[in-house]
Order: sequence, then structure tokens, then C-alpha cells
Amino acid sequence: MTRDTPFEPDGGDGPGAFLLNADARPRWLDDVVIIGKATLVVYGLFIGLGLAAGLDFNGIVSTLQQVTLLATSFALVALALNLHWGYTGLFNIGIAGFMAVGAYTMALVTAAPDATFPGLGLPLWIGVLAGLAAAALVGFVVALPALRLRADYFAIVTLAFAEVIRLVYNSSALQEFDLLGVELGTGGGQGMSFPNLRNTVSRRLMYVDGDPTAGPSLVGRPFLAIGDALELSPSVVEGWVYTAVLVVLVAFVFVVITWIGNSPFGRVLKAIREDELAARSLGKNTDRVKIKVFMLGCAFMGLAGMVWQGRRGYVDPNLFLPIITFYIFIALIIGGSGSNTGSVVGALLFAGLLFEGPPFVQRIVDATFDLPRPPTVYDGVIALGDLDPMPLLGYAVGELPNLRFVLFGVVLIALMIYRPDGILGHRNEPASPLDLTKERPPRERDPASPEGGESDE
Amino acid sequence: MAFADGRSHLSKVTLEQWFGVLLLAGLGVLVVDLVRRVVIGDLRFGTLSLFLWRGLVDGLIIALAAVGLSMTYAILKFANFSQGDLVTTGAFTGWTAAYVVGGIGVAEFGSTILLNADRGTSARELDMHLFGAPLAIIIGLIVAAVATILVALAIDRVVYRRMRNAGGIPLLIASIGVALALRYVIVFFYGEQTRGVTRSSPTVDHELFFWTDSLNVHQSSLVVIGVALMIALHLLLQYTKLGKAMRAMADNRDLALITGIPTERVILMTWIIGAGLTGVAGYLIVLETETLSFNTGWFLLLLIFSAVILGGIGSIYGAIAGGLIIGLATNVSLVWIPGDLTEVAAFTLMIMILIFRPSGIFGGVETA
Repeated sequence: MTRDTPFEPDGGDGPGAFLLNADARPRWLDDVVIIGKATLVVYGLFIGLGLAAGLDFNGIVSTLQQVTLLATSFALVALALNLHWGYTGLFNIGIAGFMAVGAYTMALVTAAPDATFPGLGLPLWIGVLAGLAAAALVGFVVALPALRLRADYFAIVTLAFAEVIRLVYNSSALQEFDLLGVELGTGGGQGMSFPNLRNTVSRRLMYVDGDPTAGPSLVGRPFLAIGDALELSPSVVEGWVYTAVLVVLVAFVFVVITWIGNSPFGRVLKAIREDELAARSLGKNTDRVKIKVFMLGCAFMGLAGMVWQGRRGYVDPNLFLPIITFYIFIALIIGGSGSNTGSVVGALLFAGLLFEGPPFVQRIVDATFDLPRPPTVYDGVIALGDLDPMPLLGYAVGELPNLRFVLFGVVLIALMIYRPDGILGHRNEPASPLDLTKERPPRERDPASPEGGESDE
Repeated sequence: MAFADGRSHLSKVTLEQWFGVLLLAGLGVLVVDLVRRVVIGDLRFGTLSLFLWRGLVDGLIIALAAVGLSMTYAILKFANFSQGDLVTTGAFTGWTAAYVVGGIGVAEFGSTILLNADRGTSARELDMHLFGAPLAIIIGLIVAAVATILVALAIDRVVYRRMRNAGGIPLLIASIGVALALRYVIVFFYGEQTRGVTRSSPTVDHELFFWTDSLNVHQSSLVVIGVALMIALHLLLQYTKLGKAMRAMADNRDLALITGIPTERVILMTWIIGAGLTGVAGYLIVLETETLSFNTGWFLLLLIFSAVILGGIGSIYGAIAGGLIIGLATNVSLVWIPGDLTEVAAFTLMIMILIFRPSGIFGGVETA
């Protein structure tokens, strides 16, 4: 997927051409096609890998479900980050903290009052709403001091806030505490349990009243029928139902953010990204707009924290280490900051190729070859002296789950040096409400020329 | 939001100052409370002096690394997120050298070259403390500085040099990539486990200082080395042409280039000095904490950033002051809050000071 791919010609279309481009193909259809292609690439790869690893059909479907779940989770956060960074230019590297606020608030609201670390015992939907509200509120608190700082100070302050949030949840002081006479507890470093979100949501959707014995519901019937026809295990079907919920959530957030981007409010956001002083001098209250958009993005991040890291009915502070934030950044940068489609495609490629790929390769190599597995790299290097590369290779394969972090780093560096726009960054939503390319005569507007896609700079 | 609407330039300044007054008042209350606790005997004076001493030790380590960060920040104009992993690089390379030297004839080379990755040797076996293996530890210190400099120069050559004019945020993102790659290359060689590296410090009994009658040799030598390096740095920056060139470049790179300052050579010297101090800081941390893991520097990174930001980015003396403030804040806050929240106190202090002075205490002084 480079710049000269078929979907290049409409790259320069502004929001004015949101519905129709020159070929009269709706832009959203293009987006769906691009995302569909990326999905096919990743799925094809994993089906191939799964076959090579000797997985049965059930195993392959289960693997695809895990990859999709991870990709949709990354996509959800990447979209929120795109709202902050791609649209408004707010370099927020405290994502993990806002996710933690969402997940922990939901956990505290929904956990049973008689659990080891008690919660309020309220229904799930109240928990989700509370999590959204709490993440937005914390976003407001962070935004107040942070928004007046330089971009690099802003980055470090958001990272510091995220670490403060994580360390507070990690602290034994909050392991069990009283709030207005109600006993609550975050469990400190041990984490806390609450009703399993994944199972609750998928069973509620699949069965009447969420009871597996009461028969399938209207939504669950097709899923169960497909599952039966393909002889899938019930847990895989349940996993797919939950994944489908996440796909719907991603689609919803995608539409909301695109809609915001094309509204007058969104144009102010892009104006802030391009030149905040100019936006301010045109009478826009940039402080207020930035606080609003920051809160909204944080709410989406809180949502992602709930449905992704909180899905197992268990949260602990280690789920919200700063590295999570950098995963999202890599995903967004691969896709191209500024483009919603890019966010989703980047999340897919990152989750599939970089994140889940290497451990899978390790499994295949382990299953097919009988490599020696020396305990340290020293033994591998010594064997290299005897012209035997196998021990070193075996050690490297054993270290693949760690080596992929080196790969993340190298990919990030290579992208910043050679392609800072990412794959779809040239589809960066322009700040202008008019399609500036339309003003030029047709012969100058050669869609195939590389300049055709440059709308951002 | 009405408050944001009606806020004029003038009232904004007063708001800031008002918050500053509040912050200073809060700090004042804490100091008064500290004195009260000591006077009524809630807090033994020995405990407080221990907190202060540890604050000084931690602060000096953070300050050393922060100076390195602040220098690259001033000259190259980006927040280097791989600084924490340069700290780790210094620690691993330096202590590997110390182990190899100390392990000659005692332990197997295959075990010492990977700093005991196979658990085949131990600090006890090598007698790894300042009186047990002084030569090994001094050699390790030098290797830590040299190896970190070489790694930093290699990274600059491969990554940052290609991006000289890329702007702060792309460079910052690239440095996150460098941090990840560097950290997990270290994991590839040394493994993930946290290892005990040194034995506990020998102590010297004395009558000199009133708060304690036995002096921790490792911590004391750390303080001596840290202070000596900072004085040397001060002399270098104030009295040599290099220092002047650095300050000129921090102020305005294009102007510096026009006046004939060899900017690439100044950048080279910046990396050499900054990475050298960083590597030494990483090496000395192990001397104090006695353990080392691949995450050591990464966990320290935010504290280092806090120190740099507190002092104002680019200001070397600010970084030293910031490091000491952060070190003291993480230790003295133990008087009021439990041990697992001390970093929260340090970060909160940083954020509050930034509200008061958005460009740091010594902010705006972008002179190395």
C-alpha cells in the first residue's frame, strides 16, 4: 500500500467532497475497501501461519478472533488518539492512564459489595457510563494545566499524569478504603475482580435474558447457526460475538470522529493543529475547544480501557503500563496520523504483523524444527566459532517475543525517517472546508501525479 | 467555562501568580509541619536526616542523568526518550566490565561477560564491593562512560543525524523507537531477570557527622563522584570555547553556524559529555541499589524528565537543582505518605510547578 495504489486519486479530497469524489464513489466506501483489504492481508497471513502451525479449523478461527479483538482494541484507542493528535495536534502520551481510569471506574462500580475488594455492585451499563464520565473528568483535570504548555512539556506532563494514575491504583493505600461510608477497594498491586465483561456482554446478546439454557436470542441465532455449521466450540463463538461488539464500537467511534472532523467544531480543531495563534486571532476560543476535544478523546480511551483491558473481569495496574501508549502510537503512525482510516489500518497491521506475528512464528518454528535452545547468547556465539549457527538461531527464536519490541522500535524509527506520514497520512484531513484542489484546471489536477495526494502540506 | 471566556491577558498572569502563592504556602505548611513533628518528637531527627541524605544521593544520580538529557535537549531541541535506556546501557556495560575484571581467575568468562545471566557466579563470589574489588569497580566506571558514549554516538549517526531538521515531535517519536530497540537488545543479551550485582556497601565508623556514626561507603563515593563531575562540567562550560559554542548553539543554531561554529562537532561533544554523564549515572545507581534489571533506566526516565522540566529545559544548573529537588521530594515525602506513593509526590510537584511557571523554575534560560 504505497502512494501509487488505486485509492490514491481521492487522497486530496477535503471534507467538502466527503460524500462524493471525482469518480462518484463515496469516500466512505473507499475507506471500507481499504480497511477490508488490510483485514484480508492480515487474515490471509494468519490462516497461512495457522495452517503451517498445524492448527485445526477451530484453532484458526480462534486465532483470527484473538487478532481481530486486539486489532479492534488498538483501533479504538488509535481513533481516540487521532482525535487528539491527528486532528488537534495534542501530543498525548498518557493514553494508558485514561484507559486505566475507565476500566477501574467500571470495576469499582460493578464489583460485588461482598467481594475481596468490594465495589458498588451496580449493573454493567451504569459501570460503563461511569467509566466514560470518569475518564472524561480526569481528561478535564489533566487538560487544565497541560494545555497551556509547549508540545514537548505537554507530552511529558500527560505521561506523568498517566503514571500518577497507575501508581495510585497500584498503591496499597487504595487497596481497601471507605468513601462516604461505602467500602471500596482497588486491590493495589494484586488487582481487582468484577463481573466478567466479555462473558456478560456476549451471553446477554446471544441468549434470551443472558441465560445459555433459555435458548438463543434474535442476535445470537445467526452466530450460533454459523458456529454449529462450522462445528466451532461455544467459547470461540462467544469470543466472536464479543469481537463483533468491538467492531461495531470501532465503527461507531469512527463515524462519530469523522462527523466531528467535518463539523465546524472539527475545522476549529484542524485550525488549532495548523496554527493555534491564527485560530485564536480569528476569535475562536481555542482553550475551550481543546479542553472539550481532550475530554471527548479521553472518554473514548476510557471506553477502550473498559472493553479491552477490562474484558476479562479483572484489572491490575500492570495492564496500564506506559508501553500500552506506545503500542497505540506505533499503530497510529503506521497508519498515518490524521487519517481515521489510517488509524484502523495501522491498528490492524500492527496487531497482526508486528504484535501477534512473531510469537506465532516462534510456535511454528518450535513445532517444525528441532532447534537447540541454549540458555544464554554466549553459548550460541561459542557454537558459532565451531561454524554451527543453529544454537544462536535457536536462542534468537526463543527470544522472538522480546525481539519483536526491537522490531517495534526499528519500525518506528524507520517510519519517522523515511515515511513520517505513515501509509495513509497523506489522507490527512485538511483544515480547509473547501476542496482546494478543485479550484485548479483539470489538466493541472492530474490524479496520478504524486502531488495529487498532498493535501496537508 | 465562563472563566475561560472572560480571562484577559492580565488576569491570566494574576491567576498564575495566585496559584504560585498557593503552592508556596502549601510547601510552607509542609515545612512548618516537618519542624513541628521534629520538635514534638513524632519524627526522630535521625530518620529525617536519613531521608535528607538519601534524597541527596538519589538527587545526584537523577541530576547526573538529567544534565545529560538537558544538554541534548538544548543543543538538538528534542526530548530524548531513550535517555533512560542509555542509563541502563551504562549500568550493564559498566558492571559487565567490572565482573569480567573482577572474575579473572575466580569465575567463568561465559558467566561474567553476560553479567551472571546464567546464574553461574555471584557478587559474593567476586566480593563485589568497593573495598573488595576496587580496581574492577573503577574500571567498570570508565567502561560505563565510554560504552554509553559509543552507543549514543552510534545511535546519533544512524538515527538522529538523518533527522537534524525534522522538528521536536518526530525526533521525540524516533527516540521512543530507539528506547524500545535499545532496551530489548539489552534483554536479548542479558535476559529479563532482575539480578543482584553488588554486595551491600561496607561502612566506615566515624565521629565526624552528628546524624550517623557509620558512613555508607558506596553512597559517599557516589556523592563525591557526582559533585566532582558537576564541578568539572561547570568549569568546562564556563571557561572553555566549547562551552561558549554550546551556549551559542542552544540559543540559535543558524546564527551559530553562520558565525563559524562547527555545529556538528558541537553536537558530537554534546553527546560525548551528555552520554558519558548518563552512563556514569547508570553505573552509580547500581552501586546504591545493588540490583539491576533491564527496566532500571526506563523507570527512572520520568523522574529524570521531571528534574529537567523543573529546572527548565536546556538549563544545566536547572537540571542539577531539579534533580536534587526530585530526589529530596521522593524521600522527604515519606514523612507524610506511604512508600509506594513517593513518585506520585514527585510528579505532582512537577505538574504543580509547571502550572505556576510553565517553562520551569529557571525557565527560558536555554543556555548550557
